[in-house]
Amino acid sequence: MNRDVTFGQFIPGNSLLHRMDPRVKIVLLCAIIATIFCTFNFYALGLVTAFIIVAILLSGVPLRMYLKSLKVIIIIVVITSLLNIFYSSGTPVFEFWIFKITLDGIYRAIYVTVRIIALILISSSLTFTTSPTDLTDAIERLMSPLKIFHVKVHEIAMMMTIALRFIPTLLDETDKIMSAQKARGADMESGNLIQKVKSLIPVLIPLFVSAFRRAYELAVAMECRCYQGGEGRTRMKSLHMKKLDYLSIFLMALVVGGVVLCDIFLMPI
Amino acid sequence: MSILEVKNLTYTYSAGSPFEKTAVKDISLSVEKGEIIGIIGHTGSGKSTFVRMLNGLTKPTSGQVLIEGNDIWEKPKEIRKIRFKVGMVFQYPEYQLFEETVYKDISFGPANMGKTQEEIDKAVKMAAKFTGVSNELLDKSPFDLSGGEKRRAAIAGVIAMDPDVVIFDEPTAGLDPLGRELLLSQIVQYHKERNNTILLVSHSMEDIASIADRIIVLNHSELVMFDTPKVVFSKVEQLEEMGLRVPQITKIMLALKEKGYDISDGILTVEQAFYELVDLLKKEGKL
Repeated sequence: MNRDVTFGQFIPGNSLLHRMDPRVKIVLLCAIIATIFCTFNFYALGLVTAFIIVAILLSGVPLRMYLKSLKVIIIIVVITSLLNIFYSSGTPVFEFWIFKITLDGIYRAIYVTVRIIALILISSSLTFTTSPTDLTDAIERLMSPLKIFHVKVHEIAMMMTIALRFIPTLLDETDKIMSAQKARGADMESGNLIQKVKSLIPVLIPLFVSAFRRAYELAVAMECRCYQGGEGRTRMKSLHMKKLDYLSIFLMALVVGGVVLCDIFLMPI
Repeated sequence: MSILEVKNLTYTYSAGSPFEKTAVKDISLSVEKGEIIGIIGHTGSGKSTFVRMLNGLTKPTSGQVLIEGNDIWEKPKEIRKIRFKVGMVFQYPEYQLFEETVYKDISFGPANMGKTQEEIDKAVKMAAKFTGVSNELLDKSPFDLSGGEKRRAAIAGVIAMDPDVVIFDEPTAGLDPLGRELLLSQIVQYHKERNNTILLVSHSMEDIASIADRIIVLNHSELVMFDTPKVVFSKVEQLEEMGLRVPQITKIMLALKEKGYDISDGILTVEQAFYELVDLLKKEGKL
Protein backbone atom coordinates (compact mmCIF):
# COMPACT_ATOMS: atom_id res chain seq x y z
CA MET A 1 0.00 0.00 0.00
CA ASN A 2 1.17 3.46 -0.74
CA ARG A 3 1.29 5.20 2.58
CA ASP A 4 3.70 7.94 1.54
CA VAL A 5 0.90 10.32 0.71
CA THR A 6 2.29 13.57 2.05
CA PHE A 7 -0.16 15.97 0.52
CA GLY A 8 -2.80 16.59 3.14
CA GLN A 9 -1.01 14.94 6.03
CA PHE A 10 -1.05 16.51 9.48
CA ILE A 11 2.28 16.81 11.30
CA PRO A 12 1.79 17.56 14.99
CA GLY A 13 3.84 20.42 16.37
CA ASN A 14 3.74 23.65 18.32
CA SER A 15 4.95 26.27 15.86
CA LEU A 16 3.39 29.68 15.27
CA LEU A 17 1.40 28.25 12.39
CA HIS A 18 0.20 25.33 14.49
CA ARG A 19 -1.06 27.71 17.14
CA MET A 20 -3.04 29.90 14.78
CA ASP A 21 -6.81 29.75 14.71
CA PRO A 22 -7.73 27.28 11.93
CA ARG A 23 -10.46 29.62 10.70
CA VAL A 24 -7.94 32.39 10.21
CA LYS A 25 -5.61 29.96 8.47
CA ILE A 26 -8.29 28.93 5.99
CA VAL A 27 -9.34 32.51 5.25
CA LEU A 28 -5.75 33.62 4.85
CA LEU A 29 -5.02 30.68 2.57
CA CYS A 30 -7.91 31.71 0.32
CA ALA A 31 -6.64 35.29 0.38
CA ILE A 32 -3.11 34.23 -0.56
CA ILE A 33 -4.35 32.04 -3.40
CA ALA A 34 -6.41 34.93 -4.74
CA THR A 35 -3.42 37.24 -4.40
CA ILE A 36 -1.14 34.82 -6.24
CA PHE A 37 -3.52 34.94 -9.17
CA CYS A 38 -3.58 38.73 -9.06
CA THR A 39 0.14 39.21 -9.43
CA PHE A 40 0.90 40.69 -12.83
CA ASN A 41 4.64 41.17 -12.58
CA PHE A 42 7.70 39.70 -10.92
CA TYR A 43 7.80 42.27 -8.13
CA ALA A 44 4.30 41.42 -6.96
CA LEU A 45 4.96 37.69 -7.31
CA GLY A 46 8.24 38.07 -5.44
CA LEU A 47 6.46 39.78 -2.57
CA VAL A 48 3.86 36.99 -2.21
CA THR A 49 6.50 34.29 -2.58
CA ALA A 50 8.61 35.90 0.14
CA PHE A 51 5.59 35.92 2.42
CA ILE A 52 4.93 32.25 1.66
CA ILE A 53 8.56 31.31 2.30
CA VAL A 54 8.44 33.04 5.69
CA ALA A 55 5.20 31.19 6.52
CA ILE A 56 6.77 27.86 5.58
CA LEU A 57 9.86 28.51 7.67
CA LEU A 58 7.62 29.41 10.62
CA SER A 59 5.58 26.22 10.25
CA GLY A 60 8.28 24.12 11.89
CA VAL A 61 7.63 21.31 9.41
CA PRO A 62 10.79 19.80 7.87
CA LEU A 63 11.42 21.19 4.38
CA ARG A 64 11.77 17.60 3.23
CA MET A 65 8.01 17.19 3.71
CA TYR A 66 7.32 20.19 1.49
CA LEU A 67 9.58 18.83 -1.21
CA LYS A 68 7.72 15.52 -1.03
CA SER A 69 4.40 17.28 -1.51
CA LEU A 70 5.82 18.95 -4.62
CA LYS A 71 6.65 15.57 -6.11
CA VAL A 72 2.99 14.99 -6.96
CA ILE A 73 2.71 18.03 -9.21
CA ILE A 74 6.14 18.00 -10.82
CA ILE A 75 4.72 16.71 -14.12
CA ILE A 76 2.09 19.45 -14.28
CA VAL A 77 4.76 22.04 -13.63
CA VAL A 78 7.03 20.69 -16.35
CA ILE A 79 4.25 20.49 -18.95
CA THR A 80 2.85 23.95 -18.30
CA SER A 81 6.24 25.59 -18.31
CA LEU A 82 7.20 23.84 -21.55
CA LEU A 83 3.96 24.97 -23.17
CA ASN A 84 4.68 28.50 -22.04
CA ILE A 85 8.22 28.43 -23.37
CA PHE A 86 7.18 27.31 -26.86
CA TYR A 87 3.86 29.05 -27.31
CA SER A 88 4.58 32.69 -26.88
CA SER A 89 5.18 35.58 -29.20
CA GLY A 90 8.09 38.01 -29.28
CA THR A 91 11.59 38.00 -30.70
CA PRO A 92 13.09 34.54 -30.57
CA VAL A 93 16.39 33.98 -28.74
CA PHE A 94 16.71 30.45 -30.01
CA GLU A 95 15.21 28.74 -33.03
CA PHE A 96 15.14 25.10 -34.07
CA TRP A 97 12.92 23.60 -36.78
CA ILE A 98 9.35 24.55 -35.76
CA PHE A 99 10.35 25.41 -32.22
CA LYS A 100 11.30 28.88 -31.21
CA ILE A 101 12.05 30.10 -27.74
CA THR A 102 11.50 33.71 -26.87
CA LEU A 103 12.67 35.70 -23.90
CA ASP A 104 9.04 36.40 -23.19
CA GLY A 105 8.35 32.65 -23.18
CA ILE A 106 11.12 31.97 -20.66
CA TYR A 107 9.82 34.70 -18.39
CA ARG A 108 6.34 33.28 -18.59
CA ALA A 109 7.52 29.77 -17.84
CA ILE A 110 9.37 30.91 -14.73
CA TYR A 111 6.39 32.97 -13.70
CA VAL A 112 3.92 30.07 -14.05
CA THR A 113 6.25 27.61 -12.31
CA VAL A 114 6.76 29.88 -9.33
CA ARG A 115 3.02 30.45 -9.10
CA ILE A 116 2.12 26.75 -9.06
CA ILE A 117 4.87 25.85 -6.60
CA ALA A 118 3.88 28.71 -4.31
CA LEU A 119 0.26 27.55 -4.43
CA ILE A 120 1.09 23.98 -3.49
CA LEU A 121 3.53 24.99 -0.76
CA ILE A 122 1.14 27.29 1.03
CA SER A 123 -1.75 24.84 0.71
CA SER A 124 0.40 22.06 2.16
CA SER A 125 1.41 24.29 5.03
CA LEU A 126 -2.27 24.50 6.02
CA THR A 127 -2.80 20.74 6.08
CA PHE A 128 0.62 20.09 7.65
CA THR A 129 -0.12 22.35 10.60
CA THR A 130 -3.85 21.77 11.10
CA SER A 131 -5.34 18.52 12.33
CA PRO A 132 -8.25 17.18 10.27
CA THR A 133 -10.67 17.71 13.16
CA ASP A 134 -9.61 21.35 13.55
CA LEU A 135 -9.93 21.78 9.84
CA THR A 136 -13.48 20.46 9.59
CA ASP A 137 -14.40 22.36 12.73
CA ALA A 138 -13.16 25.58 11.17
CA ILE A 139 -14.94 24.87 7.90
CA GLU A 140 -18.14 24.29 9.80
CA ARG A 141 -17.79 27.65 11.56
CA LEU A 142 -16.90 29.48 8.40
CA MET A 143 -19.86 27.98 6.59
CA SER A 144 -22.34 28.61 9.38
CA PRO A 145 -23.76 31.77 7.76
CA LEU A 146 -25.05 29.44 5.04
CA LYS A 147 -27.53 28.05 7.55
CA ILE A 148 -29.83 30.89 6.54
CA PHE A 149 -30.19 29.18 3.19
CA HIS A 150 -30.98 25.86 4.94
CA VAL A 151 -27.60 24.35 4.10
CA LYS A 152 -26.93 21.54 6.59
CA VAL A 153 -23.53 22.86 7.61
CA HIS A 154 -23.07 20.69 10.70
CA GLU A 155 -23.99 17.53 8.81
CA ILE A 156 -21.55 18.32 6.01
CA ALA A 157 -18.77 18.91 8.52
CA MET A 158 -19.66 15.71 10.36
CA MET A 159 -19.51 13.74 7.12
CA MET A 160 -16.08 15.18 6.36
CA THR A 161 -14.80 14.31 9.82
CA ILE A 162 -16.09 10.75 9.57
CA ALA A 163 -14.68 10.30 6.07
CA LEU A 164 -11.24 11.49 7.19
CA ARG A 165 -11.40 9.34 10.29
CA PHE A 166 -12.09 6.19 8.27
CA ILE A 167 -9.39 6.57 5.63
CA PRO A 168 -6.72 4.78 7.68
CA THR A 169 -9.22 2.14 8.81
CA LEU A 170 -10.21 1.36 5.25
CA LEU A 171 -6.57 1.28 4.13
CA ASP A 172 -5.92 -1.27 6.84
CA GLU A 173 -8.93 -3.27 5.79
CA THR A 174 -7.83 -3.23 2.15
CA ASP A 175 -4.46 -4.53 3.22
CA LYS A 176 -6.04 -7.39 5.16
CA ILE A 177 -8.44 -8.40 2.40
CA MET A 178 -5.66 -8.26 -0.19
CA SER A 179 -3.52 -10.54 1.96
CA ALA A 180 -6.38 -12.97 2.39
CA GLN A 181 -7.08 -13.15 -1.33
CA LYS A 182 -3.39 -13.41 -2.13
CA ALA A 183 -3.25 -16.32 0.28
CA ARG A 184 -5.87 -17.97 -1.93
CA GLY A 185 -3.66 -17.42 -4.94
CA ALA A 186 -5.14 -14.18 -6.27
CA ASP A 187 -2.73 -12.67 -8.75
CA MET A 188 -2.80 -8.88 -8.55
CA GLU A 189 0.50 -7.98 -10.13
CA SER A 190 0.64 -9.57 -13.56
CA GLY A 191 -1.64 -9.44 -16.59
CA ASN A 192 -2.96 -6.66 -18.78
CA LEU A 193 -5.16 -3.79 -17.67
CA ILE A 194 -8.46 -5.68 -17.94
CA GLN A 195 -7.07 -8.64 -16.01
CA LYS A 196 -5.74 -6.29 -13.36
CA VAL A 197 -9.11 -4.58 -12.97
CA LYS A 198 -10.80 -7.97 -12.77
CA SER A 199 -8.37 -9.11 -10.11
CA LEU A 200 -9.50 -6.19 -7.95
CA ILE A 201 -13.07 -7.49 -7.69
CA PRO A 202 -12.26 -9.99 -4.91
CA VAL A 203 -10.85 -7.05 -2.94
CA LEU A 204 -13.44 -4.39 -3.75
CA ILE A 205 -16.56 -6.41 -2.95
CA PRO A 206 -15.54 -7.38 0.59
CA LEU A 207 -14.25 -3.83 1.09
CA PHE A 208 -17.61 -2.31 0.14
CA VAL A 209 -19.49 -4.82 2.25
CA SER A 210 -17.37 -3.98 5.26
CA ALA A 211 -17.59 -0.23 4.63
CA PHE A 212 -21.39 -0.44 4.65
CA ARG A 213 -21.31 -2.61 7.75
CA ARG A 214 -19.08 -0.07 9.50
CA ALA A 215 -21.31 2.80 8.43
CA TYR A 216 -24.35 1.01 9.78
CA GLU A 217 -22.63 0.19 13.07
CA LEU A 218 -21.43 3.75 13.45
CA ALA A 219 -24.92 5.08 12.80
CA VAL A 220 -26.36 2.79 15.45
CA ALA A 221 -23.63 3.78 17.92
CA MET A 222 -24.30 7.47 17.31
CA GLU A 223 -28.02 7.02 17.74
CA CYS A 224 -27.45 5.08 20.96
CA ARG A 225 -25.71 8.16 22.31
CA CYS A 226 -28.64 10.31 21.25
CA TYR A 227 -26.79 12.13 18.53
CA GLN A 228 -29.29 14.34 16.72
CA GLY A 229 -27.32 16.77 14.61
CA GLY A 230 -26.02 20.26 15.20
CA GLU A 231 -29.01 21.82 16.90
CA GLY A 232 -28.02 23.12 20.35
CA ARG A 233 -24.73 21.26 20.36
CA THR A 234 -21.84 22.73 22.35
CA ARG A 235 -18.16 22.10 21.71
CA MET A 236 -15.30 20.66 23.65
CA LYS A 237 -12.84 23.07 22.01
CA SER A 238 -14.15 26.51 21.19
CA LEU A 239 -12.07 28.62 18.85
CA HIS A 240 -10.77 32.03 19.89
CA MET A 241 -8.83 34.56 17.90
CA LYS A 242 -5.57 35.58 19.58
CA LYS A 243 -2.99 38.32 19.07
CA LEU A 244 -1.11 36.01 16.76
CA ASP A 245 -4.13 35.73 14.48
CA TYR A 246 -4.70 39.49 14.31
CA LEU A 247 -1.01 39.99 13.63
CA SER A 248 -1.04 37.52 10.74
CA ILE A 249 -4.15 39.12 9.27
CA PHE A 250 -2.39 42.48 9.48
CA LEU A 251 0.71 41.12 7.73
CA MET A 252 -1.45 39.58 5.05
CA ALA A 253 -3.17 42.92 4.50
CA LEU A 254 0.26 44.56 4.05
CA VAL A 255 1.20 41.95 1.44
CA VAL A 256 -2.07 42.41 -0.43
CA GLY A 257 -1.54 46.18 -0.36
CA GLY A 258 2.00 45.75 -1.64
CA VAL A 259 0.88 43.50 -4.46
CA VAL A 260 -1.83 45.96 -5.50
CA LEU A 261 0.71 48.80 -5.54
CA CYS A 262 3.17 46.73 -7.59
CA ASP A 263 0.42 45.81 -10.03
CA ILE A 264 -0.65 49.40 -10.51
CA PHE A 265 2.68 51.19 -10.70
CA LEU A 266 4.98 48.65 -12.32
CA MET A 267 4.95 47.19 -15.83
CA PRO A 268 3.11 43.89 -16.24
CA ILE A 269 5.07 41.16 -18.06
CA MET B 1 13.17 -33.83 5.82
CA SER B 2 11.02 -31.37 7.71
CA ILE B 3 8.02 -30.03 5.87
CA LEU B 4 8.63 -26.55 7.20
CA GLU B 5 11.83 -25.05 8.49
CA VAL B 6 12.79 -21.48 9.35
CA LYS B 7 16.35 -20.32 9.80
CA ASN B 8 17.27 -17.11 11.62
CA LEU B 9 14.01 -15.55 10.53
CA THR B 10 13.91 -11.81 11.24
CA TYR B 11 11.49 -9.09 10.26
CA THR B 12 11.96 -5.38 10.90
CA TYR B 13 9.25 -2.84 10.18
CA SER B 14 10.27 0.38 8.39
CA ALA B 15 13.95 -0.46 8.64
CA GLY B 16 16.21 2.60 8.64
CA SER B 17 13.54 5.06 9.75
CA PRO B 18 12.94 6.38 13.26
CA PHE B 19 9.88 4.09 13.49
CA GLU B 20 12.02 0.98 13.13
CA LYS B 21 10.61 -1.96 15.05
CA THR B 22 11.63 -5.58 15.06
CA ALA B 23 8.56 -7.81 14.97
CA VAL B 24 10.29 -11.15 14.64
CA LYS B 25 13.79 -11.70 15.91
CA ASP B 26 16.09 -14.48 14.80
CA ILE B 27 13.72 -17.45 14.98
CA SER B 28 14.91 -20.89 13.94
CA LEU B 29 12.81 -24.03 14.19
CA SER B 30 11.53 -26.92 12.15
CA VAL B 31 8.17 -28.64 11.94
CA GLU B 32 7.66 -32.26 10.85
CA LYS B 33 4.99 -33.45 8.48
CA GLY B 34 1.71 -34.27 10.18
CA GLU B 35 2.27 -32.27 13.32
CA ILE B 36 -0.24 -29.91 14.87
CA ILE B 37 1.66 -26.90 16.16
CA GLY B 38 0.12 -24.34 18.50
CA ILE B 39 1.45 -20.80 18.48
CA ILE B 40 0.85 -18.67 21.54
CA GLY B 41 2.08 -15.27 22.60
CA HIS B 42 0.86 -12.03 24.03
CA THR B 43 -0.73 -9.46 21.68
CA GLY B 44 2.07 -7.82 19.71
CA SER B 45 4.52 -10.66 20.32
CA GLY B 46 5.04 -11.14 16.59
CA LYS B 47 2.75 -14.13 15.98
CA SER B 48 0.96 -12.64 12.99
CA THR B 49 4.12 -11.37 11.32
CA PHE B 50 5.74 -14.73 11.90
CA VAL B 51 2.97 -16.74 10.23
CA ARG B 52 2.65 -14.22 7.37
CA MET B 53 6.25 -14.98 6.46
CA LEU B 54 5.58 -18.71 6.28
CA ASN B 55 3.50 -18.43 3.10
CA GLY B 56 5.38 -15.55 1.57
CA LEU B 57 2.87 -12.77 2.21
CA THR B 58 5.62 -10.91 4.02
CA LYS B 59 9.20 -11.13 2.86
CA PRO B 60 11.60 -11.60 5.77
CA THR B 61 14.22 -8.91 6.35
CA SER B 62 16.74 -11.69 6.83
CA GLY B 63 16.70 -15.43 7.29
CA GLN B 64 15.01 -18.18 5.33
CA VAL B 65 11.76 -20.09 5.17
CA LEU B 66 12.20 -23.59 3.76
CA ILE B 67 9.28 -25.69 2.57
CA GLU B 68 10.39 -29.30 2.05
CA GLY B 69 13.95 -28.00 2.03
CA ASN B 70 13.44 -25.32 -0.64
CA ASP B 71 13.79 -21.64 0.10
CA ILE B 72 10.43 -20.07 -0.77
CA TRP B 73 12.03 -16.82 -1.96
CA GLU B 74 14.46 -18.55 -4.29
CA LYS B 75 12.17 -17.74 -7.23
CA PRO B 76 10.15 -14.68 -6.18
CA LYS B 77 8.02 -14.95 -9.32
CA GLU B 78 6.69 -18.31 -8.21
CA ILE B 79 5.68 -17.25 -4.73
CA ARG B 80 2.03 -17.96 -5.60
CA LYS B 81 2.84 -21.66 -5.79
CA ILE B 82 4.03 -21.51 -2.20
CA ARG B 83 0.69 -20.04 -1.16
CA PHE B 84 -1.06 -23.10 -2.55
CA LYS B 85 1.23 -25.30 -0.49
CA VAL B 86 0.93 -23.27 2.68
CA GLY B 87 -2.69 -22.28 3.16
CA MET B 88 -3.56 -19.46 5.48
CA VAL B 89 -6.85 -18.85 7.25
CA PHE B 90 -6.82 -15.29 8.54
CA GLN B 91 -8.53 -13.95 11.61
CA TYR B 92 -12.21 -13.33 10.82
CA PRO B 93 -11.88 -14.97 7.39
CA GLU B 94 -15.58 -14.37 6.66
CA TYR B 95 -14.71 -10.82 5.58
CA GLN B 96 -12.93 -12.15 2.51
CA LEU B 97 -16.05 -13.76 0.95
CA PHE B 98 -16.97 -12.04 -2.30
CA GLU B 99 -18.53 -14.36 -4.87
CA GLU B 100 -22.19 -14.72 -5.82
CA THR B 101 -22.47 -18.17 -4.34
CA VAL B 102 -20.63 -20.05 -1.64
CA TYR B 103 -19.67 -22.68 -4.22
CA LYS B 104 -17.97 -20.10 -6.42
CA ASP B 105 -16.21 -18.55 -3.47
CA ILE B 106 -14.77 -21.85 -2.30
CA SER B 107 -13.60 -22.57 -5.85
CA PHE B 108 -11.66 -19.28 -6.06
CA GLY B 109 -8.48 -20.87 -4.65
CA PRO B 110 -8.51 -24.07 -6.76
CA ALA B 111 -9.41 -22.03 -9.87
CA ASN B 112 -6.39 -19.80 -9.25
CA MET B 113 -4.29 -22.96 -9.15
CA GLY B 114 -5.38 -23.63 -12.72
CA LYS B 115 -7.27 -26.84 -11.98
CA THR B 116 -9.84 -28.28 -14.37
CA GLN B 117 -13.55 -27.88 -13.71
CA GLU B 118 -13.79 -31.49 -12.58
CA GLU B 119 -10.92 -31.14 -10.10
CA ILE B 120 -12.38 -27.89 -8.81
CA ASP B 121 -15.72 -29.57 -8.20
CA LYS B 122 -14.03 -32.37 -6.29
CA ALA B 123 -11.98 -29.90 -4.24
CA VAL B 124 -15.05 -27.84 -3.32
CA LYS B 125 -17.04 -30.92 -2.27
CA MET B 126 -14.09 -32.17 -0.20
CA ALA B 127 -13.62 -28.81 1.55
CA ALA B 128 -17.35 -28.41 2.15
CA LYS B 129 -17.48 -31.85 3.73
CA PHE B 130 -14.65 -31.13 6.17
CA THR B 131 -16.03 -27.79 7.25
CA GLY B 132 -19.62 -28.96 7.46
CA VAL B 133 -20.94 -26.68 4.73
CA SER B 134 -24.07 -28.44 3.50
CA ASN B 135 -25.06 -28.78 -0.16
CA GLU B 136 -27.92 -26.31 0.07
CA LEU B 137 -25.57 -23.66 1.48
CA LEU B 138 -23.31 -24.02 -1.54
CA ASP B 139 -25.87 -22.39 -3.81
CA LYS B 140 -26.64 -19.51 -1.46
CA SER B 141 -25.02 -16.10 -1.52
CA PRO B 142 -22.26 -15.96 1.10
CA PHE B 143 -23.77 -12.74 2.44
CA ASP B 144 -26.99 -14.53 3.38
CA LEU B 145 -25.26 -16.97 5.73
CA SER B 146 -25.07 -16.71 9.51
CA GLY B 147 -21.79 -15.74 11.18
CA GLY B 148 -20.74 -19.30 11.92
CA GLU B 149 -21.67 -20.53 8.45
CA LYS B 150 -19.71 -17.70 6.85
CA ARG B 151 -16.67 -18.64 8.92
CA ARG B 152 -16.89 -22.26 7.80
CA ALA B 153 -17.40 -21.29 4.16
CA ALA B 154 -14.33 -19.05 4.31
CA ILE B 155 -12.22 -21.78 5.88
CA ALA B 156 -13.43 -24.16 3.17
CA GLY B 157 -12.08 -21.66 0.64
CA VAL B 158 -8.57 -22.28 1.94
CA ILE B 159 -8.89 -26.01 2.54
CA ALA B 160 -10.13 -26.46 -1.05
CA MET B 161 -6.59 -25.75 -2.25
CA ASP B 162 -5.57 -28.86 -0.33
CA PRO B 163 -2.43 -27.28 1.12
CA ASP B 164 0.26 -29.38 2.80
CA VAL B 165 0.49 -26.89 5.62
CA VAL B 166 -2.51 -24.96 6.91
CA ILE B 167 -2.12 -21.97 9.19
CA PHE B 168 -5.14 -20.97 11.24
CA ASP B 169 -4.98 -17.52 12.82
CA GLU B 170 -7.47 -17.46 15.68
CA PRO B 171 -10.03 -19.58 13.84
CA THR B 172 -12.45 -19.69 16.77
CA ALA B 173 -12.42 -15.97 17.66
CA GLY B 174 -15.94 -14.62 18.06
CA LEU B 175 -17.70 -18.01 17.90
CA ASP B 176 -19.97 -19.34 20.62
CA PRO B 177 -18.66 -22.24 22.77
CA LEU B 178 -20.45 -24.86 20.70
CA GLY B 179 -19.20 -23.38 17.46
CA ARG B 180 -15.66 -23.35 18.86
CA GLU B 181 -15.79 -26.98 19.81
CA LEU B 182 -17.28 -28.00 16.50
CA LEU B 183 -14.73 -26.06 14.48
CA LEU B 184 -11.81 -27.46 16.48
CA SER B 185 -13.05 -31.00 16.10
CA GLN B 186 -13.46 -30.41 12.37
CA ILE B 187 -9.88 -29.20 12.17
CA VAL B 188 -8.69 -32.30 14.01
CA GLN B 189 -10.79 -34.55 11.80
CA TYR B 190 -9.43 -32.86 8.68
CA HIS B 191 -5.89 -33.28 9.97
CA LYS B 192 -6.48 -36.96 10.69
CA GLU B 193 -7.76 -37.74 7.22
CA ARG B 194 -5.31 -35.70 5.15
CA ASN B 195 -2.34 -36.05 7.50
CA ASN B 196 -1.16 -32.53 6.71
CA THR B 197 0.60 -30.12 8.98
CA ILE B 198 -1.38 -27.58 10.95
CA LEU B 199 -0.27 -24.39 12.66
CA LEU B 200 -2.81 -22.91 15.02
CA VAL B 201 -2.47 -19.40 16.43
CA SER B 202 -4.79 -18.95 19.37
CA HIS B 203 -5.34 -17.05 22.57
CA SER B 204 -7.28 -19.93 24.01
CA MET B 205 -4.87 -22.12 25.95
CA GLU B 206 -7.61 -24.72 26.30
CA ASP B 207 -7.91 -25.07 22.52
CA ILE B 208 -4.16 -25.33 22.08
CA ALA B 209 -3.69 -27.74 24.95
CA SER B 210 -6.32 -30.10 23.61
CA ILE B 211 -5.04 -30.49 20.06
CA ALA B 212 -1.41 -29.37 19.71
CA ASP B 213 1.52 -31.79 19.48
CA ARG B 214 4.00 -29.04 20.12
CA ILE B 215 3.70 -25.38 21.08
CA ILE B 216 5.65 -22.35 19.89
CA VAL B 217 5.77 -19.62 22.53
CA LEU B 218 6.68 -16.14 21.30
CA ASN B 219 7.46 -13.21 23.55
CA HIS B 220 8.74 -9.78 22.54
CA SER B 221 9.44 -11.00 18.99
CA GLU B 222 11.57 -13.89 20.20
CA LEU B 223 11.10 -17.63 20.36
CA VAL B 224 10.96 -18.52 24.05
CA MET B 225 9.83 -22.14 23.99
CA PHE B 226 9.12 -24.82 21.43
CA ASP B 227 8.05 -27.98 23.18
CA THR B 228 5.19 -30.34 23.96
CA PRO B 229 2.13 -28.94 25.77
CA LYS B 230 3.09 -30.94 28.85
CA VAL B 231 6.43 -29.20 29.17
CA VAL B 232 5.20 -25.74 28.13
CA PHE B 233 2.21 -25.69 30.45
CA SER B 234 4.27 -26.89 33.41
CA LYS B 235 6.05 -23.52 33.40
CA VAL B 236 3.16 -21.64 34.97
CA GLU B 237 5.16 -18.73 36.34
CA GLN B 238 7.19 -18.15 33.23
CA LEU B 239 4.04 -18.10 31.10
CA GLU B 240 2.24 -15.74 33.43
CA GLU B 241 5.19 -13.37 33.34
CA MET B 242 4.69 -13.16 29.58
CA GLY B 243 1.02 -12.31 29.97
CA LEU B 244 -0.05 -15.86 29.08
CA ARG B 245 -1.63 -18.47 31.26
CA VAL B 246 -2.02 -22.22 31.43
CA PRO B 247 -5.36 -23.99 30.92
CA GLN B 248 -7.56 -23.61 33.99
CA ILE B 249 -7.74 -27.32 34.60
CA THR B 250 -3.95 -27.60 34.56
CA LYS B 251 -3.74 -24.92 37.18
CA ILE B 252 -6.31 -26.63 39.41
CA MET B 253 -4.50 -29.94 39.19
CA LEU B 254 -1.18 -28.29 39.98
CA ALA B 255 -2.75 -26.63 43.00
CA LEU B 256 -4.09 -30.00 44.21
CA LYS B 257 -0.64 -31.48 43.79
CA GLU B 258 0.86 -28.74 45.89
CA LYS B 259 -1.64 -29.63 48.62
CA GLY B 260 -0.01 -33.03 48.73
CA TYR B 261 -2.31 -35.13 46.58
CA ASP B 262 -0.69 -37.77 44.42
CA ILE B 263 -1.37 -36.33 40.97
CA SER B 264 0.80 -36.60 37.88
CA ASP B 265 2.15 -33.55 36.03
CA GLY B 266 0.89 -32.08 32.81
CA ILE B 267 -2.88 -32.57 32.99
CA LEU B 268 -4.15 -30.52 30.06
CA THR B 269 -7.80 -31.36 29.53
CA VAL B 270 -10.85 -31.85 31.72
CA GLU B 271 -11.07 -35.43 30.47
CA GLN B 272 -7.54 -36.26 31.61
CA ALA B 273 -8.26 -34.61 34.94
CA PHE B 274 -11.39 -36.69 35.37
CA TYR B 275 -9.55 -40.01 34.96
CA GLU B 276 -6.71 -38.81 37.14
CA LEU B 277 -9.13 -37.95 39.94
CA VAL B 278 -10.99 -41.25 39.60
CA ASP B 279 -7.68 -43.08 39.91
CA LEU B 280 -6.79 -41.02 42.94
CA LEU B 281 -10.10 -41.72 44.69
CA LYS B 282 -9.81 -45.41 43.92
CA LYS B 283 -6.33 -45.49 45.40
CA GLU B 284 -7.56 -43.86 48.56
CA GLY B 285 -10.40 -46.35 48.69
CA LYS B 286 -13.12 -43.73 48.49
CA LEU B 287 -14.63 -45.04 45.28
